[in-house]
Amino acid sequence: MPLGYNFSFMPARVSLFVTCLVDQFFPRVGLAMAEVLERLGYRVEFPEAQTCCGQPAFNTGYREEARCVARHFLSVFADADYIVAPSGSCTSMIACHYEELFRRDPAALSEVRRLKPRLWEFSQFLLQVAGVEDVGARLPAVVTYHDSCHALRELGIREGPRRLLARVRELQLREMPAGAECCGFGGTFSVKFPEISASMVRAKIEAIRQTGADYVVSVDVSCLMQIQGALNRAGLPVGTLHLAEVLARQ
Amino acid sequence: MIAREHILHKVRTALGHSAGRAAAPPPPARLRIPAWEFGERWKRFAAALEKLGGKAVLAAGAAAARQYVATLTGGRPAVASAAPALAAWGITSLPGVRSEFRDDAELRSACASADFGITTAEYALADTGSLALWASPEQTRLISVLPPVHVALVPASGLITGLDELLTLVPRPLENSSALVLVTGPSRTADIEQILVRGVHGPGEIHVIVVEEREERS
Amino acid sequence: MTNQPLVRIRETLGDARLQEAIYAATGRLIEHRRQVVAPEALPDYQELREQARRIKEHTLENLDAYLEQFEAEVRARGGEVVWARDGAEVADFLVELGRRSGARLIVKSKSMTAEEIGLRERLEAQHFEVVETDLGEYIIQLAHERPYHIVAPALHKTRYEVGEIFSQKLGVPRENEPERQTRIARAVLRQKFLAADIGITGANFLVADCGAVVLVENEGNARLTTSAPRIHVAVAGIEKLVPRAQDLAVFLKLLGRSATGQPLTVYTSILSGPRRAGERDGPEQFYVVLLDNGRTRVLAERDKRETLYCIRCGACANHCPVYRRIGGHNYPWVYSGPIGQIASPQFQGLTQDPWLPFASSLCGACAEVCPVKIEIPRLLLELRAEVVKARTRERQNRWERAAFRLWAWVMTRPRVYEALSLAAGLLASEEAGPNWLRRLPALLNAGPLRAWLDYRDLPLPGRSFRQLWRRRTAKVRE
Ligand code: SF4
Repeated sequence: MPLGYNFSFMPARVSLFVTCLVDQFFPRVGLAMAEVLERLGYRVEFPEAQTCCGQPAFNTGYREEARCVARHFLSVFADADYIVAPSGSCTSMIACHYEELFRRDPAALSEVRRLKPRLWEFSQFLLQVAGVEDVGARLPAVVTYHDSCHALRELGIREGPRRLLARVRELQLREMPAGAECCGFGGTFSVKFPEISASMVRAKIEAIRQTGADYVVSVDVSCLMQIQGALNRAGLPVGTLHLAEVLARQ
Repeated sequence: MIAREHILHKVRTALGHSAGRAAAPPPPARLRIPAWEFGERWKRFAAALEKLGGKAVLAAGAAAARQYVATLTGGRPAVASAAPALAAWGITSLPGVRSEFRDDAELRSACASADFGITTAEYALADTGSLALWASPEQTRLISVLPPVHVALVPASGLITGLDELLTLVPRPLENSSALVLVTGPSRTADIEQILVRGVHGPGEIHVIVVEEREERS
Repeated sequence: MTNQPLVRIRETLGDARLQEAIYAATGRLIEHRRQVVAPEALPDYQELREQARRIKEHTLENLDAYLEQFEAEVRARGGEVVWARDGAEVADFLVELGRRSGARLIVKSKSMTAEEIGLRERLEAQHFEVVETDLGEYIIQLAHERPYHIVAPALHKTRYEVGEIFSQKLGVPRENEPERQTRIARAVLRQKFLAADIGITGANFLVADCGAVVLVENEGNARLTTSAPRIHVAVAGIEKLVPRAQDLAVFLKLLGRSATGQPLTVYTSILSGPRRAGERDGPEQFYVVLLDNGRTRVLAERDKRETLYCIRCGACANHCPVYRRIGGHNYPWVYSGPIGQIASPQFQGLTQDPWLPFASSLCGACAEVCPVKIEIPRLLLELRAEVVKARTRERQNRWERAAFRLWAWVMTRPRVYEALSLAAGLLASEEAGPNWLRRLPALLNAGPLRAWLDYRDLPLPGRSFRQLWRRRTAKVRE
């Protein structure tokens, strides 16, 4: 039985939350994610009213503004079966910080608690809901995996993406030194403290360079934006790919 | 007194307590004692202490212990505590070893100039290579900290598994003494460029002799 | 944001030698810790953290009772407890004690609490000679600096700088080997120990059920400070309490490992009261000064109370990518690193250094290693929100606020959001996926965009996902 089918033999419905960054800057990531999920037999939807999870405001201390946007998110996805996002950071914003954000708003809080079990970061969804490791992908390249901080420390995502990558044909995975160190993005941190942020990403791209990888892979485009921006500036011929983009390659 | 009342009042206000409220029962203490035979305890103790640059010696009886100390000190000035075991094991009668002093000042200056400080320790902790030393009328604090070399003798029965066992045996460690010190290896620092240097203020060398209590055949 | 801290941070970042030194030193501490908390070395590490946190939580929730119990137990052992609301009261007590006992020379072992209240300076101003005896702290005292790190105060000094400081301040021949430098310090400080009248220490823990002060160290200076002088004064924050001596089994295992990767530090002194009848050394007088200095204020903040759980191991700083670059002296207060970032705003006031809670990428490395599991990133976020609230009237902040208001307005109106995204997409090519930009026209090159572009290329918006998705669904339908 194809994995994406539930017992009534109706394809299970997945609602993409592509995140504002993917929507605006990295649409291919969203398309790749949809492709992989459809290949697995899911009926993929894109609720068009979606915008952002509210994280930029929350992380900068603008809680009221974050709450507005978070409420919007909750209403857009109120009756989704599965919500899948190509971002550890946005997933953890919703899964880990919405409760904090709405601690004085019982109605919203119960909405959050209702939504949480249906929300998945992309790699977690593949492994834990779809139950697949091998999605039939092929990428003849050397890659290194960057642990994005929120995926790693707030969602505990470490082995999952590596397991998925290990099954990609012709792909060779090489670990970078000090792989768990932050790339220095940190949302508004990257523009409030650009020098510190830049120093952090310099160490990151040096670690990447040492692996000799063709691509850096991650489950967060925000890190990849920071890393690619620095790789380009340093003139290093290394590309960045979201995990979904790797898994969509055949 | 004003400060006391003021602070306690602020603490109570912060917690929403009224005065005289007793503490709720604390979470149960967490103490785990592994079941290690003496052989295992000794092996671990020696490994832990030597890793730190200390010397661990298992002496088969008092004579062996005395011999080890005699060879080590070689007649150079040493201060030994007045712990009865040291006299019983013949340590205090070794050449160069002093354990009797006119007054506290003399004891103190002897400690400051001796090459060795010799003490007993009630317990040795196998998992960390530590000693547990209580200050007592017989055994002063400075003997084990001022001289550049500390020699400690521990009866084999005092070699226990670790801190958890120590605090199980002695849940209230300051009933009869003003000080309990756990000593884990030689004094050291890494304050300059993180380069390890031994013997900063305390002894740079430590020898722990675990004395097996065997029948002495003389 | 005031620019002064940023200018200094920039200087530190530009100092290649210092960058290398901080990164290497913290890297070694990270590695040492990793080895001793690894599951093979310490299978119950996570349980110990849980227990440590539970105990701290419980102790603070019952702090009034434990303070009183502690006081009674110290008294029962012949010691005295002194309460101090702030640094001035601590100094007043010590000055009075010094005068009463005819003391001149004071030896001191390393104490962050004493640093916090500038105790050494306060006593020096009253003409006492105060000597730091921890080697790192001694170097810092001679150099007239403040500690660079909670655990390793002279982390930033090279042996050559130490050689220079020693030869200048102590008049000894220049010596660049740490081994020999240590000998020099040992010789000088040994005389001080033996001559000192008062020994001042901090406390790593206070134990309620036996009235004990617990001191953790490697050099032996705390042992000498508490054993040689005739008076011992321990200065400790009220949050340092633990209920039982048995709880030390948990905390000692965590503290040494988290701080320096040692299963136990070389010396752990558990002390209460002056020397007992018959004991031939040890202090004749024993005092514990319980310091508030803002702690009760933090205690009252339920959401942020856990700041007081800190056992000052410094692991959060070692693992912090920001600390590892800006070092200890760019934090505004004595507590550096992530713990400083959450403690300083609460103790010193939010608006004193409003930038502080923002200087973090929220990577969470600190919380991951904190032995008492303080949720530092959560507290940073909390403090950020408070800073934003507290600064509503400032000019720069008004702009930011307006920007976020506008942003939230757009983000809750999908139509507007889409229209704007379409407009932005016009800039770009047909291609899906970004083109990268190296520089912007001068007019646009300002504010956050410029901050980004100074160091990184910037992706340009292209066709948005929603446009491509519609096209795709349309195709499927055909
Ligand atoms: S906050 Fe945690 S990690 Fe940082 S110094 Fe305190 S106890 Fe250690």
